[in-house]
Amino acid sequence: MEFGWLEITVAAIVISLILGVIFTRGSSWIEPRFWKNIAIVTSLVMVVFLLILTFDTLASIKMGNGRVPEATVINKKISYVYDEQKRWYVPKVSGEEPLFGKIWSEEEALALINKGKMTIQSKACMDCHTLLGNGGYYAPDLTKAWLDPKWNLLIKDMVGANSKEEAMAKWIQHPDQYPTFQRKMPDLGITDEEAKAIVAYLKWMSAIDTNGFPDNFKADEQ
Amino acid sequence: MTKQGLYESQKLGLWYMVAGLILFGAQNLFGLLIAYQYINPDFLFGLLDFNIGRILHINAMVVWLLLGFIGAIYWFLPIETGRETVGIKLGKLAFFVLVAAVTVVVLVYLFIQIGPGNQISLWFINEGREYIEAPRWADIGIVVVVLIFLYNVIATVIASKRLTGIMGVLIVDLVALAGLYLAGMFYTVNISVDQYFWWWVIHLWVEATWEVLIGCIMALSLMYVLKTPRKIVEGWLYLEVFLVFGTGILGLGHHYFWIGTPEYWLGIGGFFSALEPLPLVAMIIHAIYDAGAHKLRTVNRPALFWIFAQAFGNFFGAGVWGFMQTLPQINMYSHGTQLAASHGHMAFFGAYVATNIAVAYIMVQKLRDPEEKYVFDSKLWKWAYVLMIIGIVGMVGALMVAGFAQTEIERAVGGSGWQAYIDAQLHPWMAEAMWWRLGFGFIFFIGYILLIIDLLTIGKNKEELEVLPEAEVSHA
Ligand code: HEC
Ligand code: HEM
Ligand code: HEM
Ligand SMILES: [Fe+2]
Repeated sequence: MEFGWLEITVAAIVISLILGVIFTRGSSWIEPRFWKNIAIVTSLVMVVFLLILTFDTLASIKMGNGRVPEATVINKKISYVYDEQKRWYVPKVSGEEPLFGKIWSEEEALALINKGKMTIQSKACMDCHTLLGNGGYYAPDLTKAWLDPKWNLLIKDMVGANSKEEAMAKWIQHPDQYPTFQRKMPDLGITDEEAKAIVAYLKWMSAIDTNGFPDNFKADEQ
Repeated sequence: MTKQGLYESQKLGLWYMVAGLILFGAQNLFGLLIAYQYINPDFLFGLLDFNIGRILHINAMVVWLLLGFIGAIYWFLPIETGRETVGIKLGKLAFFVLVAAVTVVVLVYLFIQIGPGNQISLWFINEGREYIEAPRWADIGIVVVVLIFLYNVIATVIASKRLTGIMGVLIVDLVALAGLYLAGMFYTVNISVDQYFWWWVIHLWVEATWEVLIGCIMALSLMYVLKTPRKIVEGWLYLEVFLVFGTGILGLGHHYFWIGTPEYWLGIGGFFSALEPLPLVAMIIHAIYDAGAHKLRTVNRPALFWIFAQAFGNFFGAGVWGFMQTLPQINMYSHGTQLAASHGHMAFFGAYVATNIAVAYIMVQKLRDPEEKYVFDSKLWKWAYVLMIIGIVGMVGALMVAGFAQTEIERAVGGSGWQAYIDAQLHPWMAEAMWWRLGFGFIFFIGYILLIIDLLTIGKNKEELEVLPEAEVSHA
C-alpha cells in the first residue's frame, strides 16, 4: 500500500467526522439520536477501513510475497541481522542449506511444514509456548527457536546428533530425558516424521519478517 | 408465568447462569492447578500437563462468561419486550445440547488431551489455538446454539412490535459477535494468516462486541437497581458504542505489530488502541453519575456494588493495564510476557466476571422476593466481594512485578532466547511472584465459595432485610 499509517489514521478520522456532521444535522448533541447516528457512522467507517486494510495485509503476508517466506525457505540459510535503516532486526535468507540432508521440492516442503503446523496445533504447544509472542508463558518463545545458539552449544552433544536439525528433532521427541530447566517439557508422543515436520516449521517461521520482534535476539552464527 | 411471577425465559436465563457459575468454579480450580505447576513443575507431570490445565482454565472462562451473558439476556428480554420469549422450547433444547457438548469436550480434554498431527485431531480432539481450542465439531455446535439464541432474541423483539434502543444495539452486536466466531473456524499452514484472523475472534470480541454487550446488560441492570430513566441510559449506551467501536475496531492493530503483518499496523494499532480507554472512562462516569443521582438508594445492594466493581475493574484492568503495554515501543519488549497475563486477569474479571455476578444477584432477588418488598442485602456478600477483589488484585500485582522483570531480563537484555527465558524465570522477582499469585489465587477461590453460598442463601431470612420505603416500591 502506498499510504503510511498517519495518512490512513487521519483519513479514518476525517471521513468519520464529515459523515458524522452530515448525518447528525438538525439534532442537538444532548439527544440520544445524535449519538446513535454518530455511533452508526463511525462504526461503519471503521469496519470499511478494517476490510480495506485486511485485503492489503493478506496480500502482503501471502507465502512468498516478501514478509512471509515460501515453504522452500527451509532449503536456505537463515540469519537474523540488524537493519541500520529500519533500526531493528530482520531475517536474512542466503545460500543453500539442506534440511535433514536434502533439498526439498516445493510440494515436499509445503507438505512438510503443513504437517508441522498440524502437529503444533494438535499437541497444543501454544498453551505452554508463545509463537510470534502469542500463547502461554510457561515455556520459551519459539519465534526464532531455529536460530537459538543452544542447539549447537549444548543440545547437539547432549542427544548425540550430527547436525542442528537432527539435534532439534531428537530433543523434541524426548525433552523430558534431556532437561535444561527444572520445568521440563513433557514427552508428547511425537513421531520421527512429526519431529522433522516441526523442525521444518520452526525454520520456516524464523524467516518471517516480524518488524524486529524479538529485539536483540542473539542468533546462532554457525 | 410461573408461581414466582417469572417468565419461562427468565427461568431459562437462570439455568444458563447456574451452569455458568458452576463452570466458573472449574475455571478457578484449573487456574490453581496450573499456578501450582509453576512452583512444582513435577506435579501431575505427564498426566495432566500445564497446557491441558491451561486450556481447561481459559476455555471454561470463555464458555462460562458467554453462558452468563446469554442467561442475562434471556432474563431481561421479557422485561424489555413485555412478553414471553418466542421459541422458548428451542432455547431449552439448545441449553441441553450446549451442556452435553461442553461435557464431551471437557472429557476429551481430560482423557485424550492431544492427538497426532493431522486434521482428525483438529476436528475431534483439540484445535490448539489459544481460547478457541475446542475441536471443530464443537465450533459448529456452538454456532448452531448461538444462532438459536439469536433467532429467539430477534423473533421476540419482532413479535413484541417494539424495538427499544437497547434492543437495537443488542441485536446488531450479537450478530457481529456470532459472525466473528466464524473467523476462527478454519485451518491454514500460514501462521501469520492464522493469527491475523484469530485476533478477530479474541480482540474483536473482548474489546469490541463483548464490551458493547455488557454495555447493554449494564444499561438494563442500572435501570433495574437504580431505576435510571431509559432516556439517560440509552444516550450513554450510544456514546459508548461510538467510543468502543470507533477505537476498538482499528485498535485491533495492537496485535499486528509482530506477527508478520505490514509496518503500518505499528502506527494504526498504537494510535487507536491508545484511545480505547475512553469508553471505559465514559462507563465509570455513567455509573457514578447514576448512583449519585439516586444518592446510592437501591433495591439490591450486592448488585449495585458489583456494578461499581465492574466499572472500576473494566477501567483499570482493560483501560490502564492494557494502555500500559499497547504502544509498539513498549510492546516490543513486553509482548508475550506475564504482563499480558496480569492485564488479562484484571480485564476479564473487572469487565465480565463482575457483570455476570451483578446479574446473578438481580436474578436471585426476584426468586426470593418476587414482590420487591425489601432492600436485598446480606452480610456474606461483602466477604465474598472483598476476598475476590483482594484475590484478583493480588494476583494481578504479582504478575505485574513478574512481567516487568521478564520484560527487562528476558526481552530487553537477554534477547528472548531459550536461556534468556530460563534466566528470567529463575530471577527472584519472577520466581517469588509465582508464590504470591498462588496465595492470592486461594484467597480468590475462598471468595468464590462464599459467593456461591451467599447466592444460595441471601434473602431467605426476611427478618434480616430492610423493608423498601413505599415510594420506591411504586417505582418497581
Ligand atoms: C507442558 C508444556 C509444554 C508443551 C505442551 C510443549 N512444550 Fe516445548 N518446552 C516446554 C518447556 C518447559 C521447555 C524448556 C525445557 C528445558 O529447558 O528443558 C520447552 C522447550 C522447548 C523448545 C526449546 C526452546 C527454544 O527456545 O528453542 C522447543 C523448540 C520446544 N519446546 C518446542 C515445542 C513444541 C514444538 C511443542 C508442541 C509439539 C512443545 N514444545 C510443547 C514446555 C512445553
Ligand atoms: C483462582 C484463581 C486463578 C488462578 C490461580 C489463575 C492462574 C492462571 C495461570 C497460571 C494462567 C496461565 C498463564 C500462563 O500462561 O503463564 C492463567 C491464564 C489465564 N487466566 Fe487465570 N487464574 C485464576 C483466575 C482467573 C480468573 C478469575 C480469570 C478471569 C475471568 C482468569 C483468566 C485468565 C486468562 C484470560 C488467562 C490467559 C492469559 C493470557 O494468555 O495472557 N483467571 N491463569
Ligand atoms: C475488557 C477488555 C479487555 C480484555 C478482557 C482483555 C484481555 C486481554 C488478554 C487475555 C490478553 C492476552 C492475550 C493472549 O493470550 O495472548 C490481552 C492482550 C493485550 N491487550 Fe487486552 N484486554 C482488554 C482490553 C484492552 C485494552 C482497552 C487495551 C489497550 C488500551 C488492551 C491492550 C492489550 C495489549 C497491547 C495486549 C497484547 C499483550 C502482548 O503483546 O502480549 N486490552 N488482552
Ligand atoms: Fe486487543
